[in-house]
Amino acid sequence: MSVQNSNQRGQKGRGQMGGGFGGGFGGPVQKAKDFKGTLKRLIRYLKPHRVNLIIVVIFAIASTVFTIAAPKITSKAMNKLQDGYMAKMMLEKMSEAQTKVVDQINQQMGQMQQVQKTPSSLQQTTVDPGTAKAIQEFMQLPMLNTVKDARQKADIVQKMLDLGQKMPAKAQVGEQNVKLTPEQINGAVRAIRETNGEYDFQYIGRIALILLGMYIISACFSLIMGLVMSGVAQKTVRDLRREVDQRLVRLPLKYFDNHPHGDILSRVTNDLDTVATTLQQSLTQIITSVITIIGYIVMMLTISPILTLIVVATLPLYIASTTIIAKRSQKYFAAQQKELGALSGHVEEMYTGHKIVKAFGHEKDSIERFEEINKNLYGAGWRAQFISGMMFPLMNFISNLGYVGISIVGGLWITKNLLGLGDILAFIQYSRSFTMPIAQTAQIANVIQSTIACAERVFEILDESEEIPDNPNASVIEFPKGEVRFNHVDFRYKEEVPLIEDMNLDVKPGHTIAIVGPTGAGKTTLVNLLMRFYEINAGKISIDGVDIKDIKRNELRKMFGMVLQDTWLFNGTIKDNIAYAKQGAIMEDVVRAAKAAHADHFIRTLPDGYNTVLNEEATNISQGQKQLLTIARAILADPTILILDEATSSVDTRTEVLIQKAMANLMKGRTSFVIAHRLSTIRDAELILVMNKGKIIEMGNHKDLLAQSGFYAELYNSQFTGQNIETEVI
Amino acid sequence: MLRLFKYLKPYTAMIIAVLIFVFLQTLGDLYLPTLMSDIINDGVLQGDNGKILNIGGFMLLVAGGGAVCAIIASFLSSKTAVGLGTILRSKVFGRVESYSLHEIDKIGTATLITRTTNDINQVQMVTVMIMRMMISAPMMAIGGIIMALREDRQLTWVLGIAIPVLAGVIALIASRMLPLFRLVQVKIDKINLVLREKLTGIRVIRAFNTVEHEVKRFDQANVDLTDNYIKVNKIMAFMMPSIMLVMNFTSLAVLWFGGIFISKGSMDLGALAAFTQYAMQIMFSMLMLSLMFIMVPRAQAAAVRINEVLETIPEITDAAKVEDSFTEKGFVQFKDVTFTYHGAEQPALRGISFSARPGEITAIIGSTGAGKSTLINLIPRFYDVDSGSILIDGVDVREMSQKSLRSKIGFVPQKAVLFSGTIIDNIKFGNDQATEAEIRHAADVAQATEFIETMDRGFEHEIAQGGTNVSGGQKQRLSIARALVRKPEVYVFDDSFSALDFKTDARLRAALKQEIAEATVIIVAQRVGTVMDADRIIVLNEGQIAGMGTHRELLDTCEVYKEIVSSQLSEEEIA
Repeated sequence: MSVQNSNQRGQKGRGQMGGGFGGGFGGPVQKAKDFKGTLKRLIRYLKPHRVNLIIVVIFAIASTVFTIAAPKITSKAMNKLQDGYMAKMMLEKMSEAQTKVVDQINQQMGQMQQVQKTPSSLQQTTVDPGTAKAIQEFMQLPMLNTVKDARQKADIVQKMLDLGQKMPAKAQVGEQNVKLTPEQINGAVRAIRETNGEYDFQYIGRIALILLGMYIISACFSLIMGLVMSGVAQKTVRDLRREVDQRLVRLPLKYFDNHPHGDILSRVTNDLDTVATTLQQSLTQIITSVITIIGYIVMMLTISPILTLIVVATLPLYIASTTIIAKRSQKYFAAQQKELGALSGHVEEMYTGHKIVKAFGHEKDSIERFEEINKNLYGAGWRAQFISGMMFPLMNFISNLGYVGISIVGGLWITKNLLGLGDILAFIQYSRSFTMPIAQTAQIANVIQSTIACAERVFEILDESEEIPDNPNASVIEFPKGEVRFNHVDFRYKEEVPLIEDMNLDVKPGHTIAIVGPTGAGKTTLVNLLMRFYEINAGKISIDGVDIKDIKRNELRKMFGMVLQDTWLFNGTIKDNIAYAKQGAIMEDVVRAAKAAHADHFIRTLPDGYNTVLNEEATNISQGQKQLLTIARAILADPTILILDEATSSVDTRTEVLIQKAMANLMKGRTSFVIAHRLSTIRDAELILVMNKGKIIEMGNHKDLLAQSGFYAELYNSQFTGQNIETEVI
Repeated sequence: MLRLFKYLKPYTAMIIAVLIFVFLQTLGDLYLPTLMSDIINDGVLQGDNGKILNIGGFMLLVAGGGAVCAIIASFLSSKTAVGLGTILRSKVFGRVESYSLHEIDKIGTATLITRTTNDINQVQMVTVMIMRMMISAPMMAIGGIIMALREDRQLTWVLGIAIPVLAGVIALIASRMLPLFRLVQVKIDKINLVLREKLTGIRVIRAFNTVEHEVKRFDQANVDLTDNYIKVNKIMAFMMPSIMLVMNFTSLAVLWFGGIFISKGSMDLGALAAFTQYAMQIMFSMLMLSLMFIMVPRAQAAAVRINEVLETIPEITDAAKVEDSFTEKGFVQFKDVTFTYHGAEQPALRGISFSARPGEITAIIGSTGAGKSTLINLIPRFYDVDSGSILIDGVDVREMSQKSLRSKIGFVPQKAVLFSGTIIDNIKFGNDQATEAEIRHAADVAQATEFIETMDRGFEHEIAQGGTNVSGGQKQRLSIARALVRKPEVYVFDDSFSALDFKTDARLRAALKQEIAEATVIIVAQRVGTVMDADRIIVLNEGQIAGMGTHRELLDTCEVYKEIVSSQLSEEEIA
């Protein structure tokens, strides 16, 4: 059991770890049988928390919207910076050029004045009237560095650029200093008009403040969302767990006998834990992811529809690469899981059978087999890791493709002044962050699938049919005497295999019924029927003349005391374990019961006496001592009818004597069904039931049965006259 | 954990290659923003379209190269990390196989299984993650800082503040969360325990009508767990918002101060754009690193457990020079043997001396804790004695090889253990060379043929893991057959008939008697009926021999024996 448990824990650990790191990529996905139905049902459990959930959704949306909007707003500041930068650069260069050109022209003018004296040169330097006019106008422009007004500056720059084209090449302004496209120049002029060649820190500061506020609000919202959600998920699962537990209480024993404990355990713990984790993380994630994707697309569209097209064009690549990788890695993960199972199986066997492996000198074979599985595991393992590990670089590459595309197209557009630098940067930020929510949604789809499968397994328990409820007119036997009667009882565990047919039994109060037979003869069947753990198929079992179906289960079971070979004690003090039989039992009762069970002495030798805490496997006391404790418990319960198992195979002789005495104490004056191993018990019993393969094959007292010389006689002889048997057998 | 990495030695070349490729890939990733900034500065701001296209093409090449590097790195690191797991598994398993029972007892079978499987998986997983993400994260961070510095020195101080703040925030939250995480594990164990008890004790619970009590108990554990989880989740809820906040503030600071530098003319726009992206990359890699703080402690616990296994050296090893030639066949002698379990205050056996000859049956009887199983576990040298000696055919068991010692012994344990495989496989476990006829004969003697033949496919019937598809009695009979087919010189039966019904027990003993007449037989038993006709009965009491002799002799001389007998047999049968 403990092995199973630790395995489960390991798996859980893996699950948790996989969650946040994309480790779940391509791992095997469990599928639910009825996805829709189970999902709906799971959602129903969230209903009590719908107010909280609505809050979560609102805050998730709000927080995400802020996150989405932020880069766009940042881009405004960036654009402003770019404007300022461009304007300043333009102004500087233009101003520089202006001075230079003005100097040049002045120089030329001076030369011209000198040259005018010689007529020949005048002809040479004839300037066409347009150029002259341009030069004239140019010279009349105020010096840029003396002008303060932004609009004026812009006009001057514009004029300078216009005039420059008409002026001789030497005097051309701009071209050699500023290499810009016409659109950029226009943009720069506009920028000058707006910014006056200065950085508008007031504007940028305002945006920074807005951003600051948005970031803080967004963080607060997402914090509130997280806080609210933490309660929702866990409380939902708590309620589910509670409901499962309450259902388990009402399930018939058949269910527990047919389902391995490990399976039930893992449903209540592992499966529900998965549900909790998913509710906690994936629910908010999916809300934010979807909103983010939509928001990003919208934002990208507002910046540039065509650039958005580039990003959208990469989407099929994502989808294709993810599905291909998921498919391939799935195969290797399945193989890995298989080998891991084989390995665990081998390890478990070899370790639990270590003594035998050693005794028969099989260490080498065992290691060889292990190495073989280990090699296979390696093969499957690294392939699975590699293929799933390719996911990230591929995604990154595709994302980079988009990045490069945006850089090129965006760059070209900036030169055409179709976009600002800030826009491009914001766009890049959007497109790069775009992959995250997409990958998340893909992953969550897997997570949700396996979560629904988990939830389905839990719901399966809830859907099991309960024990037949007590008859509303069920009676209570106030002072039970302990008369038990079986009337034509038929019983079978499986429809097709009849087990008990037409059984009749009449037990008087205080009688002892010995049940004998080989191991596995189905002695627990009787317990199951008497205590109505299972329903009989036909006939009637009655106690003190009342059909047990007409007695409240609680009351019925109160009449019985059980001491079985597999003692059941729980992790708690010895006192609690004994007092378990009777609610509100006080210390004196417990000690009295322990004394009657001959357990008092050994309990007092323990370091903490009655307060000794039995550990998980109750390995801190011996098997025999455990049995004494269960006897004490039965004594305290003071039942009318007893069911005892005498088997004491792993109990030392001295304790066995004590147990025998204790049992004798217990049986006094009670109707007892004893799974008998001791001759004395058998011989003194009023009735012996001989069972074999689940059926009662002979019935009667010792003498009668011996006289029949049937199975019982053979059994009796084989045990107690061991030495004489040789001749018979051979 | 680091100690385990020494097993990575065969992969040194691969790891270096991984480092190089990851470095190249990181370089590529880091280079992209620089190129982007070139596009802005040289292309966009200069209006040079050709340059934009050129640099863009180059960016594509860099991105492609990065992807190729990353895939190669992933290939190598997968092989390395899974290889580490494989090596560890092999080492741990090999070590455990060399353990004597003493080490197995000390560590415990269940946890050894977990250590060989889950714990190693855990370490492997984390190694994969480290190779995949954690290597690139610091490189990205350092590379990012270098590039950022290259791009602009003045703005780096923003990172100089942001990184420690981020690290501090993560450390603070993690330090508050980790203890709670551990507590959650404890509570999960608790709920598991309560539930397990409920399931195993379902009959008792219903019989005692304590359903209400149990529901309350479960509910308590349930609420407790939930409350703890909520606490953890609440702390966790702070994680993402605060990290995002720090990162956003950083980018804002970069923008603001970058703007100021630009206005002063000490920075250009392309540099600012690149710097912003570097800052984000650095912060993301910090985030990745922080995940390590969550993962590594888990793996650390696993690594400690694995190391413990690897560092436990088996006590029992073959002597340097072994004596493997014998003159007799199965003569077992105990000479004044005293044995103490590790950590026990008192010896489990004291001054045990006896000898068992071929053709004799020696029975050992006594109460639980008297040392019966301990005594016979010493014969195949599952444990070593403190003082005295055990001789087989005149040779001390410590002086012969374990292999030749154990080949002399047919051991049938108290708890029958079968392995998955067919019934034939299981019987053959005792002797690989056994012929089919020998196997059938062994099954006949062990009274197993009868039930084997009722199973589908008879001797080819598959035994499930742990032998869950055969009953206790059937298991015992198969494990007896397994010992018989070995045809050993010494048979050791440790209470091996307990799960058999009286009839089968008697028949089996009768058949055995003939089969193993030549061999030395040592039987531990609880039932007096089983030992009554032994040649020698050793009565053990509290680790010492309380009497030795035949049934009749002991009845007259040994009080303890008499007590045992009278508890089991009626007066007339004793006589």
